[in-house]
Amino acid sequence: MRQRLEPNRREFLKKCAAGAMLAGGTHRLPAFFSTREKTKVVYARDPLLRGTGSSLDSGRLLKMLDRAVQALYATDSPLEAWKKVAQPGEVVGLKVNGLAGRGISTSVLLVEVVCARLQDAGIPQKDIIIWDRLNADLERAGFRVATRQDHMRCFGNDTLGYEEELAIYGSVGSCLSKTLTQVCDAVINLPVLKDHGIAGVTMALKNMFGAIHNPNKYHLNIGDPYVADVNMLPPIRQKVRLHICDATTAQYEGGPSYMPQWTWPYNGLLMSRDPVALDYTGWQILEQKRAEKGMKSLRAIGRAPDYIATAADANHRLGTNDPGQIEQVEV
Amino acid sequence: MSKTSHMRKGEESFSPKGLRREQDANDALPCDSVLASLSSLGATEHDRRTFLKMAGVPCLTACVSSCVAGWPSLALGAGSAPAEDSRFIVEAQFYEKLPYKKTRCKLCPRECVIDDQERGYCGVRENRGGSYYTLVHSRVCAAHIDPIEKKPLFHFCPGTLAFSVATAGCNVNCKFCQNWDISQSRPEQVRNTYLPPKELAGLAQQNRCPAIAYTYSEPVVFYEYMRDAAEAGHALGIKSVVVSGGFIQQDPLKKLCQGVDAIKVDLKAFSEKYYKEVVNGELKPVLEALVTMRKLGMWTELVYLVVPTLNDSDAEFRALAQWVKANLGAEVPLHFSRFYPQYLLKNLPPTPLETLERAKAIADAEGLHYVYLGNTPGNAAENTYCPKCRRIVIERIGFTVKEMHLRKGKCEYCQQAIAGVWQ
Repeated sequence: MRQRLEPNRREFLKKCAAGAMLAGGTHRLPAFFSTREKTKVVYARDPLLRGTGSSLDSGRLLKMLDRAVQALYATDSPLEAWKKVAQPGEVVGLKVNGLAGRGISTSVLLVEVVCARLQDAGIPQKDIIIWDRLNADLERAGFRVATRQDHMRCFGNDTLGYEEELAIYGSVGSCLSKTLTQVCDAVINLPVLKDHGIAGVTMALKNMFGAIHNPNKYHLNIGDPYVADVNMLPPIRQKVRLHICDATTAQYEGGPSYMPQWTWPYNGLLMSRDPVALDYTGWQILEQKRAEKGMKSLRAIGRAPDYIATAADANHRLGTNDPGQIEQVEV
Repeated sequence: MSKTSHMRKGEESFSPKGLRREQDANDALPCDSVLASLSSLGATEHDRRTFLKMAGVPCLTACVSSCVAGWPSLALGAGSAPAEDSRFIVEAQFYEKLPYKKTRCKLCPRECVIDDQERGYCGVRENRGGSYYTLVHSRVCAAHIDPIEKKPLFHFCPGTLAFSVATAGCNVNCKFCQNWDISQSRPEQVRNTYLPPKELAGLAQQNRCPAIAYTYSEPVVFYEYMRDAAEAGHALGIKSVVVSGGFIQQDPLKKLCQGVDAIKVDLKAFSEKYYKEVVNGELKPVLEALVTMRKLGMWTELVYLVVPTLNDSDAEFRALAQWVKANLGAEVPLHFSRFYPQYLLKNLPPTPLETLERAKAIADAEGLHYVYLGNTPGNAAENTYCPKCRRIVIERIGFTVKEMHLRKGKCEYCQQAIAGVWQ
């Protein structure tokens, strides 16, 4: 076979696109677009995150978050990194996952420390919105719904509703949350590390089901290709800049509901700009735990989350699920 | 798309735009609505959320002009959305409880297994703490008075009106759905009116509708409401007709058949491939449901929406007609209906008339007695012909019955019995 000395047309166009995106601001450059560089998934763990009790220590959580973001963006300080995530003048949405109530939802404390750091980076409170599918979900997870415009806001899609026009990609036709389309300039995705009884696992990619009006239609075939297709919808693809998976508590079976018998204190965070790499990494953590507990793998029981591979395929290119292309950084 | 528009998705259902007129024969929502007049009749009220939302609209509109472009006002006031209305929430009749607070829905063949706080594929049934509930009992999002011919039911009380209602939700997701804005939405995403069974039956009577039609979305998903309303209707002498995809389990179907008077089934194709790829359902349970309906003596009519290139082959038309004749009987009306580009199938053209005529010719040749063409106003195939003397026994123009030549269910020319429910 003739050795390829020059980039093929697709690679060439990809590099051009990467260059154009760089010119437009580094925060718009997902790690996986940077040609041959590996995509980074940062694990931050702290065995003393809960001290001797069961509650999270906010100081230690903040330090863990700082270590993670600094490692991900390779900056000299956390503040520098946060400034790359969002800039003053932008409205930043924090997409949490509150479906399962306090036991296995995005922790309020984690959201608080993220908000604190965003404010340090110059994002005023009024430009921060914590959002999820429903107000009721948020309340069950311990958040207080608030809609005053001069304060930090927190509300579900039921407050502003959904666009009337369909957004369509592949197998998916959905009306997107107006919170996403009309309010947020940037989104930080804050899923939870957990099992999902239908979709296999639910982390960064699946959490975006909270941005569409009809997620119930897209759990067929273990979510494949629907989860990947939802993440291709332009407002999602363009606005989500960072994924911080709350792995302070993780659940390896029985999700998405909270099943305390299958949770464990992982005491960590997973952070990446590549949702595919993050999900792939998180899936392996859950599989490892299942193996430790003598449980069959998700593949063996017929619910392997193949949508992760689909999200990485040539039609989606949302990131990489190739372990050889994922740089795992532990801090 | 206007960034300052605060019309809720689903409001369109109340005043649909002109496009819908073209597909009326498939029972799309009509342009007029009786919901708007219900409050003046003193019969219904909007649910609290809708009321607050509607009350909020003027405030929002007032605020928008002073807002930064693209920045929606949140002037609804601080605090959470109003609590949901418990009037709509009734325990489901067909489900089973599973370990760990899961439930398995036994209403439709999909058999969704649902975790606590999650909903089934239909979007209108929810697991709450290990019990399963419908969220759409008496929660009507569309109500109109239609000719019964619009369902279409051509052999059921022709020339009468049907008080037609729907709730949000559907247990399939047809790529050509013309009412997707309600069928593919959750109840809280559309405007609703509280319309309990007795009031619905009373409204039908007041409006001189001899039947209530459960239609527009998918009545299987509002099963409990439909059954209760049918019972209330019968108490007042009002019949009930169902317009459905027929994707329902046998037990609920059998119980349903005890309480309703006719079912029109959208048999969307005659191949599993199409059901899987275009409908997100299965053909086999629909065929089984049809056989059961007929065995139970239910008056049944079929609509087959002919979609160019997807379900329009001669072989498929022939297989369909042969199956209908063998399993349901030659007297079951079959309506071949014209497709218009909609929803997720906008890349295909409307069905050519020649295709519909070819389908009819094949079904006629296979021996079906009543084969109609739908969405083809003015076409001679909208009339009912006596299968014996071939004269017109019911002449129609669109949904209007122009002339009837039936006496006690028989052709007035040759006395041939014409299958149907005539009064």
